[in-house]
Amino acid sequence: MKTETTNTSTRRKLVIAVTGLNAIDSPGPGVAVLRAIRECPDFDVRIIGLSYEPLEPGIYMHDLVDKAYQIPYPPAGTENLLHRLKYIHEQEKIDLIIPNFDAELFSFIKLSDDLNNMGIHTFLPDLGQFEARHKTMLFKFGKKHKFLIPEDRLIHQISDLTKAADELDYPLVIKGKYYDAIIVNSKDDAQKAFLQLQAKWGLPIIAQQFIKGTEINIAILGDGKGNAISIIPMRKLFITDKGKAWAGITIEESSFIDLAHQFITATKWRGGCELEVMQTNDGKAYIMEVNPRFPAWIYLTAAAGQNQPATLVKMALGEKVEPFKDYVAGKMFIRYSWDMIVEVGEFQKISGMGEL
Amino acid sequence: MRFKRNIATSEAGFIFNPASGDSFSSNPIGSEILTQLKEDKSRQEIIEVIASRYDVEKNQFERDLEDFMSQLRDYNLLDEN
Repeated sequence: MKTETTNTSTRRKLVIAVTGLNAIDSPGPGVAVLRAIRECPDFDVRIIGLSYEPLEPGIYMHDLVDKAYQIPYPPAGTENLLHRLKYIHEQEKIDLIIPNFDAELFSFIKLSDDLNNMGIHTFLPDLGQFEARHKTMLFKFGKKHKFLIPEDRLIHQISDLTKAADELDYPLVIKGKYYDAIIVNSKDDAQKAFLQLQAKWGLPIIAQQFIKGTEINIAILGDGKGNAISIIPMRKLFITDKGKAWAGITIEESSFIDLAHQFITATKWRGGCELEVMQTNDGKAYIMEVNPRFPAWIYLTAAAGQNQPATLVKMALGEKVEPFKDYVAGKMFIRYSWDMIVEVGEFQKISGMGEL
Repeated sequence: MRFKRNIATSEAGFIFNPASGDSFSSNPIGSEILTQLKEDKSRQEIIEVIASRYDVEKNQFERDLEDFMSQLRDYNLLDEN
């Protein structure tokens, strides 16, 4: 008897849903995450895009996203989200969801048991881990675990800004609760930034001490037991006016690897995350922010030899994975913009029917 | 003081520091000096080699080499030990 095993038949068939398809100037990580997963030879994947807006570019990238569904914004509540996910699951039989937005993670973490009961895996931090590293808690978090974190003040009303500026001095970094940071040098600029970020993200606003140095970001994948499965440090080479890396390069510096290990040991982080680090001229590494999900540049981890999104898929499905040891230093990414041409019918479909 | 072991260089004079992500480019003479440094040649040996290849006074080149080394030091490319 002749048995034939084709490469395709040995690849595990999976349906994976991904959010964060807004590949815009301040990009969501979704497109990079699914690009990395698609490149993993172990899977034969059907990718379901979950979008909030009909103009999220990833919806129309048909070579990457097989089908897209709109989901309700987080303020609509977890019940509405669960209801929508149940419908999508009935159509698609989803194996795994990878949420990629800070603002939606709370809902997905809350729903992880419900999703698990439906047969949908996730691989997320628990609520305690998620809340502890929140921008509003970061300084306290750093103190507890002996990390260097710039001092900050939570600002609940615009009049508190003056006191914060007196204590921390200018320049200050004014930050939104979830996203965006504006460097200000005067009271007028600080108030303007406060109002702008309050309108976008609500209160509180964070006023953080400005630290001068080189921006290093570290993408990390934790197993939830205190082990870092993958750590890739990247130096930003080109930074947009929104502070996003438009080009970057992997670097090999043991102090950043050690910092990432310390973070994972302290938090027992489960899933992907990113440390935003500022290295001062005298070599101190300040953690400026901890992002509780993969960064938008996560495809670079795959290019450097540690495919973090694909590894997260394996871990979420219960596979045992060994920590990566090596990666390529000097691997660069350079982001670019691209005008996709889209038929209005497609836009109508996702706008009107919520599916494409 | 030695050229750091982990620094990558190319024949074209491109220098990459994998620890910091910094990259630099040097001219052909600089590139030759880097090759010698990577081979652990002493300062005197480098002066001898370059002076034998090019029309340059040893004293003049010694000063140029000193400048070049101090640039490498400023860019954190030398092992201080």
